[in-house]
Amino acid sequence: MSAPAPSTPPGRPRAIARWTRLSTGFTGGFGGLVVALIFVPVAFGANTTQEMTTLLTLVLMAVMWNALAGYGGLVSIGQQAYIGLGAYATVWLANHAVNPYLAMVLATLFCGVVAVPLSFLMLRFRGAQFAIGTWVVAEALAIYVSFDNALGAGSGTSLSQIDSYAPGPREHYTYWLTLAMTAFFIGVLFVLLRSRLGSSLQAIRDDEDAAASVGVRVVAGKRILFLLAATGAGAAGAMTLANTLFIEPNAIFSVNYTAYMIFMVLVGGLGTFEGPIIGAIVLYLIQQWFGNDGVWYLVGLGGAAMAFALLLPRGVWGTLEERTGLRFMPVGYRVGPGPSTASAKESR
Amino acid sequence: MTWVNDVVQGILLGGFYGLLACGLALMFGLMRIINLAHGDLAVLGAYLIYLLLQHWHVSPFLGLLPVLPVMLGLGYLLQRTILERSLRSGLLVPLLTTFGLSIVIQNLLQQGFSPDVQSLGASAGGIATASWQITSQLSISAIGALTLGVAVLIFGGLQLYLSRTASGRRMRATAQDPDTAELVGIDSRAVYARATAIAVAIAAIGGMFLAIRSTFYPYSGPTYLIFAFEAVVIGGLGSSLWGTLAGGIVLGVAQTIGGQINPEYPVLAGHLVFLLVLLSPRGGLLNLRRAMA
Repeated sequence: MSAPAPSTPPGRPRAIARWTRLSTGFTGGFGGLVVALIFVPVAFGANTTQEMTTLLTLVLMAVMWNALAGYGGLVSIGQQAYIGLGAYATVWLANHAVNPYLAMVLATLFCGVVAVPLSFLMLRFRGAQFAIGTWVVAEALAIYVSFDNALGAGSGTSLSQIDSYAPGPREHYTYWLTLAMTAFFIGVLFVLLRSRLGSSLQAIRDDEDAAASVGVRVVAGKRILFLLAATGAGAAGAMTLANTLFIEPNAIFSVNYTAYMIFMVLVGGLGTFEGPIIGAIVLYLIQQWFGNDGVWYLVGLGGAAMAFALLLPRGVWGTLEERTGLRFMPVGYRVGPGPSTASAKESR
Repeated sequence: MTWVNDVVQGILLGGFYGLLACGLALMFGLMRIINLAHGDLAVLGAYLIYLLLQHWHVSPFLGLLPVLPVMLGLGYLLQRTILERSLRSGLLVPLLTTFGLSIVIQNLLQQGFSPDVQSLGASAGGIATASWQITSQLSISAIGALTLGVAVLIFGGLQLYLSRTASGRRMRATAQDPDTAELVGIDSRAVYARATAIAVAIAAIGGMFLAIRSTFYPYSGPTYLIFAFEAVVIGGLGSSLWGTLAGGIVLGVAQTIGGQINPEYPVLAGHLVFLLVLLSPRGGLLNLRRAMA
């Protein structure tokens, strides 16, 4: 991904910068957007609030899948394992007299804990083995849950405890918790990518063997992403339950969730920070326009994912970044010839 | 004695899984990619036979004959149009494109055929239900024996093709080192296209047995992809073809014994055995196979 160095005399010092005026503006704008989104339930009706909850859950799913695939080079087809686990752990905790909203947070943490032993199993793999290995874990969990009578077995279960809240405030709380979760996980990823670890993660993504040869701790870096992605998917599962109130194993452990994630990330831009958010908005709009379960809609999603992977592998956002050199979120570094030259090229 | 019966049934079932896994192992051994649409291609083969049988009332075995060249051509096209491009962009892209293809095939099948479950068992006649009673506890079903027999024939035939023919030798050379193979004049892209064509055609044979032994519907593919992949991994990741058949048999036995312990858990038992094999250093059966060789 490194662009040729700018044409400056070799002796002249180069400035390495993270923040440009644009990225400062957009990071500030992003923070402002999160603050503004807090007021959605107050300003708009219940319908909009619920729709925004759906959109934010999609954003969370896309960002977390991209963290794993885009930065760790690990294509998982089994993130629905944590979506289902997050949802079912919430039900289980609520059945054991935990406040439903507290249960969602605890269930999210539980997904992260479960992912620790799984990471030792799964990170022995690369590529296709990892992809199907994670899928098998998700299938095994789905089978297990569908025979567990305490969790409603195959016919599903609902989060009835949440009825103790009146429908109006309930939708607000659910929305705020989803917003908090989404902002939190995007924030964690942002901080991670800007830390020293971020450079090693991007080195792993670009060339795992080369990264290992210069002393990057590849497995440790991947494990952090694996745990983050699992926890984030668990949060998305808990929020899906909070938004729909009813789950059944076949639907919540459905591989379609992964299909959505792949679509959102490929359309937006694999390995870009902002891309998955764009992809989530695109998927949300498509769902609004073409319905949720239509067969042709799914054919279109699969076909578009193929087309983007083949023809526009960096997605809408990645291509835009490449063409224009714009970076809205400062997760990389910019190398420029002088302190204040505008035509800076960058290396990532 | 029921345990003996379980093991025998598991071995027969394993022949079926081996057949489904054969093409997957061939492609993985050659190109290091897993075709995530493999199960859906098998189901597509089953639907093509089903379509033929609606017009001509023949046995599914006869119906397979015109379907095979179609699937060969489909595999060739798949490689030339999608996989070839995907391969050029690294190891992640083939996963993403074949996953997209899998979703496209499933939903086109859902659109073109009804979502109802289908079976070709009735059209196959007596062979679908016939069995030999060996003892009071042990019986061997005709279709199970036939599946295993066909699997052994296909694995053996493929092994002969790879070791004895010039075309097969080119394939092995490309599998070992595509760049060096190119240097001595082998067109690796043609080799890949031939391998994918063979793999997809074998998947269709697996799909036919699936349709006769059991039921299928448009979204059956992923289940069988997972079984096939488990067979490939247990059998040592495509490092040998016979290993894949052995992997299928291990999976089959694990499922029947798991089903004996608890009728609800045959598939779960298979998944657990697969995960245990992953836990063992370098994959258990691979070492076993080396020890036997």
